[in-house]
Amino acid sequence: MSVSGLSHLDVLESEAVYIMREVAGEFERPVVLFSGGKDSMVMLHLGLKAFAPAALPFPLLHVDTGHNFPEVIEYRDGVVARHGLRLHVASVQEFIDGGVLRERPDGTRNPLQSVPLTEAIRLQRFDAVLGGGRRDEEKARAKERVFSLRDQFSQWEPRRQRPELWQLYNGRHLPMEHVRVFPLSNWTELDVWQYIAREQIELPSIYFAHEREVFRRDGMWLAPGDWGGPRAGEVVEKRRVRYRTVGDMSCTGAVDSAATSVEAVIAEITASRLTERGATRGDDRLSEAAMEDRKREGYF
Amino acid sequence: MLNASDTAPAATVASAEVDTLRFATAGSVDDGKSTLVGRLLHDSKSVLSDQLDAVELASRNRGWSVPDLALLTDGLRAEREQGITIDVAYRYFATPRRRFILADTPGHVQYTRNMVTGASTADLAVILADAQSGIVDQTRRHAAIAALLRVPHLVLAVNKMDLADYDHPRFKEVAAEFTAYAAGLGLPEITAIPVCALLGDNVVTPSAAMNWYHGPTLLEHLETVPVTHETAAAPPRFPVQYVIRHAGIRHYAGQLVSGRLCVEDAVTVMPSGRTTTITSLDVLGHHVTTAHTPQSLSLRLADDIDVARGDLIVSASSPPPLAQEFTADVCHLADKPLRPGDRVLLKHTTRTVLALVADLHNTAQLGANDLASVTLRTAQPIAVDPYANNRRTGSFLLIDPADGATLTAGMARPPA
Repeated sequence: MSVSGLSHLDVLESEAVYIMREVAGEFERPVVLFSGGKDSMVMLHLGLKAFAPAALPFPLLHVDTGHNFPEVIEYRDGVVARHGLRLHVASVQEFIDGGVLRERPDGTRNPLQSVPLTEAIRLQRFDAVLGGGRRDEEKARAKERVFSLRDQFSQWEPRRQRPELWQLYNGRHLPMEHVRVFPLSNWTELDVWQYIAREQIELPSIYFAHEREVFRRDGMWLAPGDWGGPRAGEVVEKRRVRYRTVGDMSCTGAVDSAATSVEAVIAEITASRLTERGATRGDDRLSEAAMEDRKREGYF
Repeated sequence: MLNASDTAPAATVASAEVDTLRFATAGSVDDGKSTLVGRLLHDSKSVLSDQLDAVELASRNRGWSVPDLALLTDGLRAEREQGITIDVAYRYFATPRRRFILADTPGHVQYTRNMVTGASTADLAVILADAQSGIVDQTRRHAAIAALLRVPHLVLAVNKMDLADYDHPRFKEVAAEFTAYAAGLGLPEITAIPVCALLGDNVVTPSAAMNWYHGPTLLEHLETVPVTHETAAAPPRFPVQYVIRHAGIRHYAGQLVSGRLCVEDAVTVMPSGRTTTITSLDVLGHHVTTAHTPQSLSLRLADDIDVARGDLIVSASSPPPLAQEFTADVCHLADKPLRPGDRVLLKHTTRTVLALVADLHNTAQLGANDLASVTLRTAQPIAVDPYANNRRTGSFLLIDPADGATLTAGMARPPA
């Protein structure tokens, strides 16, 4: 037990709220990245708490790959309506239709998110972009700042990142530059799930065990869809699965699971021998430096 | 050989029963720090099988016969290619007894600022030394930084004991030399532990080769050292971050960075000096009568006085000094030098003011990684506690007004 009887979740919650309030105090046009996934839901919950009894002073932004799980999009829209929030959608499909982006041969659209995201930031003149990224997710993220400076092309340059000391977050930047802000930096996957359990945060249904038609590719269970699967030779079968992350259908794998409650999910996670991304996110495996490269080009 | 444990990772603790230790590691370039950190993560079962697979694959690709545990922590491509660590990396792991946030800081002289950064939020610092070369200039510099940043606990890990034949007298010699130096810096307490990170001796598992050592392993020490929250006992300080306006009522939102606040406490708003009382405390949806450090909260005041972001709400009975000129210890962080006469922005708690570098003591200018003391003059009075009394309200940044870059980290000295 920590000082004054605060649990470690209380301390993490307090820190995340502090970071969000710093953004509200220091920036003109902040926005919160929001996909309807679990990290987004935790971010929204913290944001609502940070500014209660007033409304959340930030709009939301979703980069929609066009290959999202329908359950998640439906859930996203329900949450936005319920809390009376403003949602901006940056659509990968529109950029493909407009000839700006080209579909990859493997059908994966996650790497295509950078351009719609950076264009939305540029056009809407967002100066702070809050995301649910955590330092425990991947090696390149272990070095990420809480306030991460991006240049006018949204690029992340490791050598230009500012030292971050104490809890003094420097949000100053030049016109056209912006800052990505990560209030959940010090959380782990387990912390997120424990917080969801404690705060009774609702999640899209696909986070819990359900019957689904899936097929095997690159060692992952993928859901069939018009994004490009299954291919010839890939056999579809019905399995009881859940998702640990919700992203683009082309690279978000399901895991076999019987967990139908948050508590059961926590029990499975703590017993799992695979980290969150290694098990279920194909995009991080593209190369040893995949995430670093994508951060440089403006992805999260 | 690496083996992912068949048992569940240790981080299955119920969240309310453990606290968190924030610690930093430092060592000079070849002290084997990445290996020590990798060993700590691996032997505490904090590394999962897919991470191990990636390390083994990458090690094989490089032609190593044994997996290189340092690869667990060296994250950026430039580092992997050069085999060095160039930035602070934060690692997370847990045992049934405690959760850990590790700021892993590089050991090169030119990256002093990284250790300063990691130490600024650390409850404990682990400094590595090589059993053969002993205490070198850099070890002394790391100790000086830990002292300057007032890190409450210090561990000296004497590494590569295998290359010193696990020699007890050699360990005692290195430990004694370091302890004598640290005592001169006023460092509170030193724990010296003989380790071999490569083979794992005394990192997580007690060493069979050093049965003359009866103290705790590094991990045992990290699990049991008391986490001192000195700020909890300091006078209350509440920097206002944001004013929440709702239904005609103003709620002052912020984080309590030291002490306790109670409803009906008499408080002073700095720098205006107006005094009033607290009428309500709200901790993220719960009305409370007492709030504790480090809770984020919002409060209401009895009198309708002008309070804004950047103001500091303090107890009326123990306010901080209010000054427009003060002296501070600084670590310069930026490549651009700092000179007397420079106009900068000074960020202190939630307040940013214009400031002038009035005087650099004993040096003409500061380059990156230089440590010095400076006198600063601010455009408006600011309420700065001595850093020795309060790490949150005694620390500040100097920022370049031209591009917003963080130039310097500072720690206020007591008023002369």
